[in-house]
Amino acid sequence: METILQFFNEYLLLIYLLLFTIILGFEVISKVPTVLHTPLMSGANAISGVVIIGAIILIRRAEPDDYLTLSLGVIGIVLGMINVVGGFAVTDRMLEMFKKKKTSK
Amino acid sequence: MLFTSIINLTYLIGALGFVMGLRRLSSPDTARRGNILAGIGMSMAIIATMVYPFAGANNNYPWIIGGMLLGGIIGWVAAKKVQMTAMPQMVSIFNGLGGACAVVLAMVELVHYYGGTQAMSAGQLFIVLLALLIGGVSFTGSMLAYGKLEGLVNDKKVTFPRHNILNIGILIITVILGGYIQITGTGTTFGLVIIFMLLSLVYGLSFVAPIGGADMPVVISLLNSFTGLSAAATGLIYDNQIMLVGGILVGASGTILTVLMCQAMNRSLLNVLIGGFGSTQTSSKGAVGDQIAKEVSLNDAAIQMYYSKSVMIVPGYGLAVAQAQKICKELDDLLESNGVDVKYAIHPVAGRMPGHMNVLLAEADVPYPKLLDLEDANAVLPSTDIVLIVGANDVVNPAANDDPGSPIYGMPVLNVWEAKNVIVLKRSMNPGYAGIQNQLFFHERTRMLFGDAKDSIQNLVGEVKSL
Repeated sequence: METILQFFNEYLLLIYLLLFTIILGFEVISKVPTVLHTPLMSGANAISGVVIIGAIILIRRAEPDDYLTLSLGVIGIVLGMINVVGGFAVTDRMLEMFKKKKTSK
Repeated sequence: MLFTSIINLTYLIGALGFVMGLRRLSSPDTARRGNILAGIGMSMAIIATMVYPFAGANNNYPWIIGGMLLGGIIGWVAAKKVQMTAMPQMVSIFNGLGGACAVVLAMVELVHYYGGTQAMSAGQLFIVLLALLIGGVSFTGSMLAYGKLEGLVNDKKVTFPRHNILNIGILIITVILGGYIQITGTGTTFGLVIIFMLLSLVYGLSFVAPIGGADMPVVISLLNSFTGLSAAATGLIYDNQIMLVGGILVGASGTILTVLMCQAMNRSLLNVLIGGFGSTQTSSKGAVGDQIAKEVSLNDAAIQMYYSKSVMIVPGYGLAVAQAQKICKELDDLLESNGVDVKYAIHPVAGRMPGHMNVLLAEADVPYPKLLDLEDANAVLPSTDIVLIVGANDVVNPAANDDPGSPIYGMPVLNVWEAKNVIVLKRSMNPGYAGIQNQLFFHERTRMLFGDAKDSIQNLVGEVKSL
C-alpha cells in the first residue's frame, strides 16, 4: 500500500498528463470514417516509434567504453527508426493515392 | 538556460504535432497533411533529443547517427517497396519493431540495475517491468500476426486445446513473477528477469495464436495500442514528456480504433480475444458435400453484365491477393461505356484491415463516390441487376443473418442475395479465411466462376470487348 502511495506522489503530475492525454486520444479518434482506418492505424503506429527517443537518450548518457549499453542502444535506435521512417512513409504512400484520385476527378 | 528552454519548447511543439497530426488523419481531406505534421513533430522531437544538454553526457554521436541511418534506410526501402496489398503485414512488422525497441530499452535499465551501476525506486522498477511486459507482448504478437497474414503460419497448428486457459495461465505466472521481482528488487538474480522477459515474449505469441480470420485487424490495432503504451512507460523511465504524450495518444486512439472495429463486426472485444474463429468447433447447418454450386461460363457472365443496368462489385481479400484492382477498374470502365451503373460495395472489414479495399481501389483510380459503405450498399442491393463478388466470402455470408450456430452470426453483412443475380469469382470451393462454409454459393441466384480473380476479370474484359 505504501509503495502505491509513494508511486502516486512521485508521479502525480505525470498521472494528470496521462489522464488528459488518454481523453485527448479518445476524442481525436472518435469520429473517423472507415476509409481512413488503415492509414490512421499506420500513422498512429509511426507515432508509437517515439520510443526511439529513449534509445537516443540511453546512448548519449552511456560511457564511451560501455559497449553492451552502446550496442543494445544502437539496436534500439535501428528498430525504432524502422518503425518511425517506415511507418510515416507507408502512411504517406497510402494517403497519396487518395489525393491523386481527388485531383484527377 | 535559454538553450534548454528552446529545446523544451521544441518538445512541446513536437507533441502538439502528434495531436494535430492524428486529428487531421481522421478526415479524408486533411489526412496527408496530418501524417506529414506528425512526421515533423517526430523529427523535431528527435533533433531536440540529439542536442539536449544532459549533464555529463558522453553523446557518442557516431553510434546514434549510424543506427539512425541504418534503421532509416531499412524502413524507407521497406515502405517504398511493399505492395499495397501487403500493407497490413507491413504495419504489423513496424509495430512489432517498436515493441522490440521498448524491450531492449527496459532490459538495458535492468542490466544496470542488477549490475549495481544504477539505483531505482520501486516506482521506477515497476514502470521498467511494465514496459518490458507490454513491449514484449507487442513484439512477438505482431510478428505472429505478420506470419498469419502472410500465410506463413497455419492458425490451427499454433492453437492448443483449451488455449484460453493456457493463455490465462501464462499471464498469471508472468504477473506473479513480475510481482516477485518488484518486491525483492536486487535481492533476486538477473536470471529471473530474463525468464520474465521470455514469458512476456511467449505470452505475446500465445495471445495472438487462437485469433484469426476477420479478427486479425482488431488484433493488429490492439497491438498497436500496446506499443504506444510501452513507449509511454519507457517515457516514464527517461522522464521524457513527449514519449509519454506520443505513447499514450497512440495507446488511447488505438484502443478506440479497436473498439470501432469490433463494433463493425457486432462483437465485443472480449469475444474477439477469447473466442477465436480457429478454436470454435461450430457445426454450421447443411451438409456441404451433397450441394452443388452452379457454374457460369465466361461468355454468359460477360453478356449478363454488359447488358445489365447496374453492377455492384464486392471486393474482398481475394482481389488484394490477386492484385486485381487495376483490371477491375478496366472492366468497370468498359461496362460504364455501355451505360451500366457500376458501384462498389465495401464492407467495413473486407480485406485484412478496415479501409484496405478503399486503399486498393484508390490505387486503381476508382472515383470515391463509386464506393458504397455497408448501409448504402444494402439499400440499393435489391434493385441491383448483378453482383460481382471478387474474392470476398465471409462478408457476404448469409449465415451471419440466419444461422445462430455460425461463428459469424450477428455480424452485419452485405445482403447480396437480395440482388437479381450474383456472380462469384473464386479460386475453389474452399471456405474463406475464417473457415466457415458459405451457403451463398449454393443459392439459386448464384453462379460461380472459378479461377484466379485477376485471370477471371482479365478474361471477362476480353469477352466484353469482343461483344
